Amino acid sequence: MIEIRNLAKKFGTKTAVDDVSFKVEKGEILGFLGPNAAGKSTTMRMITGFIPPTSGTAVIGGHDILTESIPARRKIGYLPENAPVYPDMTVFDYLAFCAEIRGFRGGKRSRAVEETLEKCFLTDVKRQTINTLSKGFRQRVCFAQAILHDPEYLILDEPTDGLDPNQKHEVRLMIKEMAARKAIILSTHILDEMDAVCTRAIIISRGRIVADDAPANLKTRSNLHGAVSLTLQGGDPEAFVAKAARIDGVASAKILEKEDDAAKVRIFPKAPDAALLNTILVALSESDCRASDVFVEQGRLDEVFRRITS
Amino acid sequence: MRTTDSMTNILAITKREFFGYFGSAVAYVFIVIFLMLLGFFTFYISNFFEMGQADLQGFFQWHPWIFLFLIPAVAMRLWAEERRMGTIELILTFPITVWEAILGKFLAAWAFIGIALALTFPLVITAAYLGNPDLGAIFCSYVGSFLMAGAFLSVGIMTSSFTRSQVVSFIIAIVICLFFILAGFPPVIKALSGWSPAWLVDLVSYLSFLTHFMSIERGVLDLRDIVYYVSVIAFMLFINGVVIQNRRTA
Repeated sequence: MIEIRNLAKKFGTKTAVDDVSFKVEKGEILGFLGPNAAGKSTTMRMITGFIPPTSGTAVIGGHDILTESIPARRKIGYLPENAPVYPDMTVFDYLAFCAEIRGFRGGKRSRAVEETLEKCFLTDVKRQTINTLSKGFRQRVCFAQAILHDPEYLILDEPTDGLDPNQKHEVRLMIKEMAARKAIILSTHILDEMDAVCTRAIIISRGRIVADDAPANLKTRSNLHGAVSLTLQGGDPEAFVAKAARIDGVASAKILEKEDDAAKVRIFPKAPDAALLNTILVALSESDCRASDVFVEQGRLDEVFRRITS
Repeated sequence: MRTTDSMTNILAITKREFFGYFGSAVAYVFIVIFLMLLGFFTFYISNFFEMGQADLQGFFQWHPWIFLFLIPAVAMRLWAEERRMGTIELILTFPITVWEAILGKFLAAWAFIGIALALTFPLVITAAYLGNPDLGAIFCSYVGSFLMAGAFLSVGIMTSSFTRSQVVSFIIAIVICLFFILAGFPPVIKALSGWSPAWLVDLVSYLSFLTHFMSIERGVLDLRDIVYYVSVIAFMLFINGVVIQNRRTA
């Protein structure tokens, strides 16, 4: 378990991280979400022992990162932002160096390196110098370094930043695959990623935690959650909207955009879990419009994100 | 247990840094320039052959001045490069202490300079062939030169931790090293002794790399000189550690 206790960091008079506390258990993938400069990287740097906190601490598997720094760091795999690597080493030498630092010797060392190369799909480039590799490969090399010693805790700072969609997909698969045996904290500002990978999301803004919940629950905080969107063809959409607005349980209904024959309409419920769809469909069949598209909104993370961080 | 762990950690860092020099052109450029400069000064400025003396005084006297420019160049990348590339974030979150990292880097660079120094051996052979040099004194001078190189290097690695720019590190290191040389440079001592009390002159010249090097060069490996160089190195590495631990960001 990683336990973050009242972590705070001040740079001069500016507070970068302000009293952040949370726990991550094994099996969880915690998404750390926030606008740029919200304090994500600073928090991660404090958890990994790279910079000392102004106050508070992080306890990693029972070891305090401040007082028992070395045993705590042994349990962590860390992928820093921008995936730094030594450009003039070959992939193999680089990982062998990391393995040696992590206490692997002789045969154990080569085995650990070979296994990791395979896991991260790097076997083909292992004799190449890192500066001849593309950004995606470098990211993977640094990722390989983080999982080399099969750590119990993984801290990943924007693990998919700068990758193409295929590479992002690969990295996400690797993360998900490892999740059962590890506690993983990953930071991102990509909301889809949150949805695709994380079991829990913490949103931070100006150094403070503003939300801590499962991504699905976060979505329900959206104004859009439970709203019904329709695309109507022909007929008189204004009349339909006026009628829909009078349905019991509907808070409001409006035309979002109108173009030639087609109109986009959205109907908002009073309570998010009211079952409105049936009554709306009945009203629709009574009107002279035909629907080409009906959709019940789940809520959007980006909208929730914008609302609570701005 | 803890000490063997420390040793292996230091060794891992040393190995990486040491082969890092040879992985790029830096090592070869450095060695070639070092040998060429030393050869030039020894043969053309000190007139090694015309002196008619089978000692290497005309060779060793140039070491401080060549070290002044070349060693900061060897040291400048040690931390500045890590900071610039962000790899410092990896190395400082590995399960090793700052001191292990610093010692590992220092030893790698020192060993590298040691190799460059060892490659000057043909000169010893030449002197031994031509005459009957005092091999004991030559050995002492090599030890002294190597210790002095360590002191220069410790200044360089310290300034490297100040900044992410190798050039800035290089220049600051030269300025500090120049001070350490000039404090014992005879013209400076002479100028100083004209007006300041004797204890101050002694203190200033005692602080100099040059004074201690010259005393070793005479063929006497005095413990005091060794202690001097070791304490300079320890002090500079200590400052290095404090700077690295107190940096605010990468």
